[in-house]
Amino acid sequence: MEESHVLVVFPHPDDEAFGVAGTIMKHTDNGTPVTYVCLTLGEMGRNMGRPVMATRESLPLIRREELDEACRLLGITDLRRFGMRDKTVEFADQDALADRIGDVINELKPSLVITFYPGYAVHPDHDATGACVIEAVRRMNPEDRPTIHAIAFANGSEEAIGEADVVRDVRDYSDRKMEVIAAHASQTAGLMEQIKNRVEKLDDTLAEQLSNERFWTYTIEDK
Amino acid sequence: MEAIDKTRVQELLDELAGTPLYIHLETTNGAYASHVNESFFSAGAFIRNVKLTFLHGKIAGAGPYRIGFETELGWLYGEGLTDFEVDKEGRYLFAGHDADGRLAIALELSREPFTK
Repeated sequence: MEESHVLVVFPHPDDEAFGVAGTIMKHTDNGTPVTYVCLTLGEMGRNMGRPVMATRESLPLIRREELDEACRLLGITDLRRFGMRDKTVEFADQDALADRIGDVINELKPSLVITFYPGYAVHPDHDATGACVIEAVRRMNPEDRPTIHAIAFANGSEEAIGEADVVRDVRDYSDRKMEVIAAHASQTAGLMEQIKNRVEKLDDTLAEQLSNERFWTYTIEDK
Repeated sequence: MEAIDKTRVQELLDELAGTPLYIHLETTNGAYASHVNESFFSAGAFIRNVKLTFLHGKIAGAGPYRIGFETELGWLYGEGLTDFEVDKEGRYLFAGHDADGRLAIALELSREPFTK
């Protein structure tokens, strides 16, 4: 996984914690620069901390600080917040968003871009983000395009798009990955409680995410 | 936020009648509701920074509470409200949290526009 520069594009603070934190830390530990474009501040999050620590209006300020701390833990020094609003990404001007993402790609010339697999990433913001990243890459000369690793987790993904072709063992990073997940306390405090108490079974998806990170290499077919 | 004190909230609503206000109203099941349970019918609504002036407002119920406003041309109401705060910016924030502290509804009033 030798890369010159990795670009991660997700809509919500904490999207990076679950799907790719281990992969990001492998890269940053290697000295590979990782840039994280985070489109929103997750201001529409439903979790408000345990006990409740946020109002609808204070949540973005809290999540902004949590994201900064997560980036520190991940070794990310180039965080770019796009200032969009949570849950509106699919309604925003898709051309303009693809342009903005394209500008970052042209500036950084990453060898790898990590995002969500459009149509198979559950949250409308996830699907729209992945689609705009792919559109940005599609607009490039084929020889200049970075590799795209996309994350799919919708029910039935494997039946529709096949098995992930990149499965990265991140077990050595599971403790550090838990710290990144814990840094997003306003959203993940309930989950951390559950894990600490071990009263309820650790969610299968999370257990798997702590051991392996799965990606689908996205092949762009020119229109 | 604090648990709603019905008497105090009614006093505040009385004071706000006739004042032009910006409204934030949202209900949500969370974006993962249908992912976790495929038979769940997910619905929600969100509107922010709509300006209106209400003729009168009323809090009803025994908790969780309902709050409704009559305007010159129509109505606005929210159901499932449990908590309340007047924040540092003087905004009136009502929220309904479920047993796990998750936000199910927010109804907010402000004299100044909310951040976009």
